[in-house]
Amino acid sequence: MSKTSELIIAGFGGQGILFTGKVLAYGGLMCGKEVSWLPSYGPEMRGGTANCHVIISDTPIGAPIITEPNLLIVMNKPSLDKFEDAVVSGGTIIVDSSLIDRKVKRDDVNVFYIPATQMALDMDASKMANMIILGKLIKETDIMTYDELKEGLKKCVPPSKAELIDFNLKVIDAGYNYAE
Amino acid sequence: MAKVFERPHALSDVTLHYCPGCTHGIIHRLVAEVIDELGIEGKTIGVAPVGCSVFAYNYFECDMQQASHGRAPAVATGIKRANPANIVFTYQGDGDLAAIGTAETVHAATRGENITVIFVNNAIYGMTGGQMAPTSLVGQVTQTTPYGRKVETQGYPIKVCEMLSTLDGTAYAERVSVDDIKNIKKAKAAIKKAFEYQIDKKGFSIVEVLSTCPTNWGLSPKEAITWLRENMMPVYPLGVYKDKGADK
Amino acid sequence: MSDKVLMKGNEALAEAAIQAGCRLFFGYPITPQTELAAYMAKKMPKVDGLFLQAESEVAAINMVYGAAGAGARVMTSSSSPGISLKQEGISYIAGSDLPCVIINIVRGGPGLGGIQPAQSDYFQATKGGGHGDYHLIVLAPSSVQEMVNLTSLAFDLGDIYRMPVMIMGDGALGQMMEPISFEAVEKLPVPEKTWATTGTQMKRKRNIINSLYITPEELEELVWEREKRYDVIRAKEARFEEYETADADYIIAAYGTTARIAKNAIKALRAEGIKAGLIRPITLWPFPVEAFNKAADTAKAFLSVEMSTGQMVEDVKLAVNGKKDVFFFGRTGGTVPTPAEIVAKIKEIDGGVR
Repeated sequence: MSKTSELIIAGFGGQGILFTGKVLAYGGLMCGKEVSWLPSYGPEMRGGTANCHVIISDTPIGAPIITEPNLLIVMNKPSLDKFEDAVVSGGTIIVDSSLIDRKVKRDDVNVFYIPATQMALDMDASKMANMIILGKLIKETDIMTYDELKEGLKKCVPPSKAELIDFNLKVIDAGYNYAE
Repeated sequence: MAKVFERPHALSDVTLHYCPGCTHGIIHRLVAEVIDELGIEGKTIGVAPVGCSVFAYNYFECDMQQASHGRAPAVATGIKRANPANIVFTYQGDGDLAAIGTAETVHAATRGENITVIFVNNAIYGMTGGQMAPTSLVGQVTQTTPYGRKVETQGYPIKVCEMLSTLDGTAYAERVSVDDIKNIKKAKAAIKKAFEYQIDKKGFSIVEVLSTCPTNWGLSPKEAITWLRENMMPVYPLGVYKDKGADK
Repeated sequence: MSDKVLMKGNEALAEAAIQAGCRLFFGYPITPQTELAAYMAKKMPKVDGLFLQAESEVAAINMVYGAAGAGARVMTSSSSPGISLKQEGISYIAGSDLPCVIINIVRGGPGLGGIQPAQSDYFQATKGGGHGDYHLIVLAPSSVQEMVNLTSLAFDLGDIYRMPVMIMGDGALGQMMEPISFEAVEKLPVPEKTWATTGTQMKRKRNIINSLYITPEELEELVWEREKRYDVIRAKEARFEEYETADADYIIAAYGTTARIAKNAIKALRAEGIKAGLIRPITLWPFPVEAFNKAADTAKAFLSVEMSTGQMVEDVKLAVNGKKDVFFFGRTGGTVPTPAEIVAKIKEIDGGVR
């Protein structure tokens, strides 16, 4: 049975939304999957909301634009409001509960709450809530394995900043090991 | 028998289409003589404008490109940047250079584009039958200013050399005239200098040549020369407006 | 494991141009093609090439004209409003038989429009956006890899037929990242540019780059000569992809991003037992007339899906030539059709046809 992960990651500009998507896309690429990555662009990128669509599939990818995601990561409330209804029944939503004070209304999807922004702050990694969430995503879904994510991360960090990889992995681990 | 006068090699052996008494022919000849004297015909590319001198691509023996209206400096930029060892000149009238092509002119100059611009200013659109040019004088009667150019509606004439001399990229800007032998000689010297500056990679050079249009001015060739001296020269004083070579 | 890299469409296209030997790029900033120019600005100096930001799109296309006339492989890129400004220059380039590559990363219009993906410049690109009897070869990639392959092809076809070639993308294709490889990019043999203005070196007659012919008969002859060349291109260069067409009752016509969305719709339709297929024009000009005409013998109906109010649909109708009904579905202004909308439209047609 072929598998396709259709993931929307959404939040504020500056939260590393696009980078998060890129790490996953490279992770998929490194293990031989078909991948696509599509950012929102234009004035909305200037400090407003940002989102990106990532598809990882065993088969060639049609539309790069996702209308019915089976995975959703939301890092602010407007994003949850905007995308909650689009998720397919049985899909998964991961919520940064540090920044979103409401619960997901639907009861036909898997929901995971993680205080990613607070956890990142506690680790002195204020801009790395996205990595906490990545850890949670890997733990709770079969989008890719931890090792595949690690390969993807390596491709996204320039050689000049290679020393950052270990710290990123530490933050990812924190998300992976978080228990509600 | 010794030849004392002949057609410059760089000037094609064809009949020019210009009206009787028009000074384009003189200016073409001066450019061709300079190309001959500098021995650059084989590596020169000329750019013809839209306007009376649109057929200039038939009149010079070097490679030529014809540009759309006003865009000659942009076209010349493309040619020069593709092959910087070539010598590239544009030959443009006042409507082409100072109205529709003002942006291209100003930006080629401010980039210090290493090209030579021959600018023929006769204060009128000749090809289309005598309409107001950006360089038409205040009060000048044309087809589109039948009651004379009025400042209230049409503003003032553009002084191209003065304007371009303020730009750092302009290496050389001189205004000359071809109304008599002495000025024709000066004009040739200026054109030669403009090409030499390009050869020396000094940057943008422009020679503005005050010219006549007897047909559209409604004057005889002789009267036209007098009109140029009495009316154009006071508004467009001859002289060197910028010379980076002399600054040193 | 894969040796492919992820690249944005705009950047991949720029890199492909450099690898195709383009060393001159003239442009002017406009969203959503800025990454392309930025990539050129960064990379060109490293390959002894030139990126020049012009004072306007008008100047940029005329710089392209000059450089193309001087024999260079040269490119410019813009988005819809900027492409409108370039039309005068494009007409001159076509009229002077010069090769160059023009990129249009299409956005919503008319006027300043919007910055989201659109396909509403189809008429402008394929019917001649400037004045006069002329055509561009218009290539419409549907993936980032195809942006790479078609960029190389664009330069080669331009040189072979001495004409401008346009690549029509859209904001989504320009912005998205997909895995690509620069190996396996086909290169065609191209003729020497003996006509270029590189200086006579006093060894040959002058070359003149020109589109002015004051005698009507002379101009007519040249225009017909060019038209004959266009006929060769119509016969030889039409390119398209067929997807699930063999047994299809309904053929969707779509290009670029829209074609990918159509594929999702076709999968969904087939899961429900409705046989749909896709003909995706890769060349918008020349339009793949034969493919549609042939399919009209077996299909029940056609549906053109576009990000416009209906432009390519006219060419589909001409190609189908009355054999079958041709329907249209479109979104415009920067909105994108969804697979569900396409499925609904085909079902509506299916209901009507039976």
